Amino acid sequence: MTRTRLVGGSAALGAAVLIVAMTAAATAQGPARFGIGRPATPQEIAALDIDIMPDGTGLPPGRGTSADGAAIYATKCAQCHGKTGKEGPNDVLVGREPRTGFPFSQDPKLPHTIGNYWPYATTVFDYVRRAMPPTAPGSLSDDEVYALTAFLLHANELIAADAVMDRTTLAAVKMPAREHFVPDARQQMPTPTPTPTPTTKPKPKP
Amino acid sequence: MKVTRRDLLAGAAGAVALGTTAQAQTPAPVDPTKVRGTPSRAMGQRAPAEKTQRFARGNVSSTPHQDLMGIITPSDLHFERHHGGVPAIDPATYALLIHGMVDRPMVFTLADLKRFPSVSRIHFLECSGNLGRTAGPETTPGQLAGLTSTSEWTGVPLATLLKEVGVQAKAKWLLAEGTDAAVLTRSVPIEKALGDAIIAYGQNGEAIRPEQGYPARLFLPGWEGNASVKWLRRIEVSDQPFMTREETSKYTEPFANGTSRMFSFRMDARSLITYPAFPVTLTPGWVEINGIAWTGAGKIARVDVSTDGGKTWTAAKLQEPVLSMAHTRFRHLWQWTGAEAVIMSRAVDVTGYMQPLRAELLKARGPGTAGYHLNPITGWVVQAGGAVIYKEEAWG
Repeated sequence: MTRTRLVGGSAALGAAVLIVAMTAAATAQGPARFGIGRPATPQEIAALDIDIMPDGTGLPPGRGTSADGAAIYATKCAQCHGKTGKEGPNDVLVGREPRTGFPFSQDPKLPHTIGNYWPYATTVFDYVRRAMPPTAPGSLSDDEVYALTAFLLHANELIAADAVMDRTTLAAVKMPAREHFVPDARQQMPTPTPTPTPTTKPKPKP
Repeated sequence: MKVTRRDLLAGAAGAVALGTTAQAQTPAPVDPTKVRGTPSRAMGQRAPAEKTQRFARGNVSSTPHQDLMGIITPSDLHFERHHGGVPAIDPATYALLIHGMVDRPMVFTLADLKRFPSVSRIHFLECSGNLGRTAGPETTPGQLAGLTSTSEWTGVPLATLLKEVGVQAKAKWLLAEGTDAAVLTRSVPIEKALGDAIIAYGQNGEAIRPEQGYPARLFLPGWEGNASVKWLRRIEVSDQPFMTREETSKYTEPFANGTSRMFSFRMDARSLITYPAFPVTLTPGWVEINGIAWTGAGKIARVDVSTDGGKTWTAAKLQEPVLSMAHTRFRHLWQWTGAEAVIMSRAVDVTGYMQPLRAELLKARGPGTAGYHLNPITGWVVQAGGAVIYKEEAWG
C-alpha cells in the first residue's frame, strides 16, 4: 500500500521532463527516459493497491470480532483447515506450542501455525483477503476478513475473546515468533572445507 | 502388426487433417526409404518414440532431467510451481502498474514492454523447495531435484522501467504481485531490482509459457524461484519489506540456533548426476557419467565426481560455455567393472563454496527445518546387476 500520496500535476511535469530528456543527446546508455508507457491514474492504483504493510499501512475501514469470524470460518475455511484450525488437511493455523523456545529446526512434526510461527498479524489479513478461500479467492468483504483474522488470532491466544480487530488494533498485535526471524546472513550455511586439488583421471584406452 | 499401404495413406491423411496429434499414431515403416514421408507442418512435435514428460502432481511439476541433455530445458518441460493454478491472461489487456515511491506512477502494456531495449540471458530458475527429502530408491533425477530448469529469458531490464518511472532515492524494497488466484506477492531488495532483474516476456525464443508467467514475469537471476513473481501485474516501490505470507510463514528456514532465516534469496551451488540414474540399467564397460551443476553465486568453478561413495573425488569436464547462474553440464568418463559402486557429484562455485554433505547441512539446519534451500550432495547406487537406484539417505 502506497504511503506517499500522488502529487497533482505530476503527469504534466513528467511530460516536460520527458521533452528535455528526449532533446538531449542520447548517450550510449540510452536516454534518461524512453517515453514509453502512460501515467497511472489514482483510480487504477487504488483498484490494485491491496497489500497491507507490517505497520498496518493499507488496512481498510471495517471491523470484526472472533465471534463474527467463527461462523464464517465454519462455513468457508473448516473443510480445509479443520474444525478448530488444528486438524488440517491443509495448513494447520492454530497452536501455540511450544510456549517457550523456537525448536522448529529440531522437531519435524511441529506445525508452523499463525500463533507459533507467523511474525506479523497484518500478514493474516493481507493473505486471507487476497487468496482465500481457494474456491472463491478475493470474495470476502473487509469486515469478513477482519472477523476471520480476529477468530484466528483469538484461537491462537493472541487477543481476547471480545477484542475488535480494525485498522488500528490489528496493527498493534504483537506476534511471539517475530523476534526469532533474522535476515539472511549466508555465513550460517556450512562452511566449505578445503579439499585437495583433484587429480585428473588418466584417459581411458580405446 | 501388419501395416498395409492403405493404413499408411490413411495415417498420412489423418496427420494432415488433424495436425500434430495424428502424426504420433503413424507407425514407422520397416524401410523409411520406400515410403514417402509426411509433408511439412505448421507446428513441429517430438518424434513419436520420445515420451518424456514432467512429473506432475498438484501445483508442482518437475523437469525430467534424466531425459535431457545440454543445458537448455525445453520450455514445455520447464518445472512448474504455482500457488493458485495457472491463470489465463489476455495479452491484449495485460498491464503492469509501477507505483509507490516513484516520481511518475505508470502503466505498461505488453506492447510497451516490448518497445524498450531488451536483453536475453541464459539462467537457471530453481524452486527453493527442490529436494525430495523422503525419496526412496526408485526415484529419478527429475523426481529428486527437478524443480530447476534453464532457459534463455528475454525481456526488459527492470532498471530501465524504474528509471522510466523515476524511482526515488529513499526506495529500499519493492513488492512484486502476480495476477494468479493467489495474487502472489514477494518483496525484493531495490539493489536486485536495479541490478540484473528482468521483466521477462520471452523464453527460449518464443513467448513465455503460461506455466512460467505468460505474458510477463519478474525474473531474478540466481534467486529462489518464488521471488521471481509470475503473471506480474504490479510493482510497488517502498522503503521497507512488505512481510507477505510467502516470505514469512513459508519461504523461511529455521536453524538449530533458534532463529528462522528470512529473505534468503540466493540459491547455493549444487549438482545432480542425471546419467546414470534410476531407472537406467548399465552393462559393464565405459560409462559417461554426466549431469548438471549450477549456483546463484555466479559460475560453476568445478564439479567433482566420486565413483567410490565419496572416498576419492576427480574433477569432471565442464561443457563450454560455462555461464553465470545457468546449468552447466559436466561429464566424467568411468569404466564400470560390474561391481557395486556409489557415484556422487559435488559442485564448487567461483566463490569457493562447496556443495555440502547431507550431514553438514543437517548439522546446521536441524532435522525439523523447512524444506527450502537444501542442496546436499546426492548419489546413485550402481548395483552389481547394473540397476541404478537413488542412494537413499535418512533426513534426521
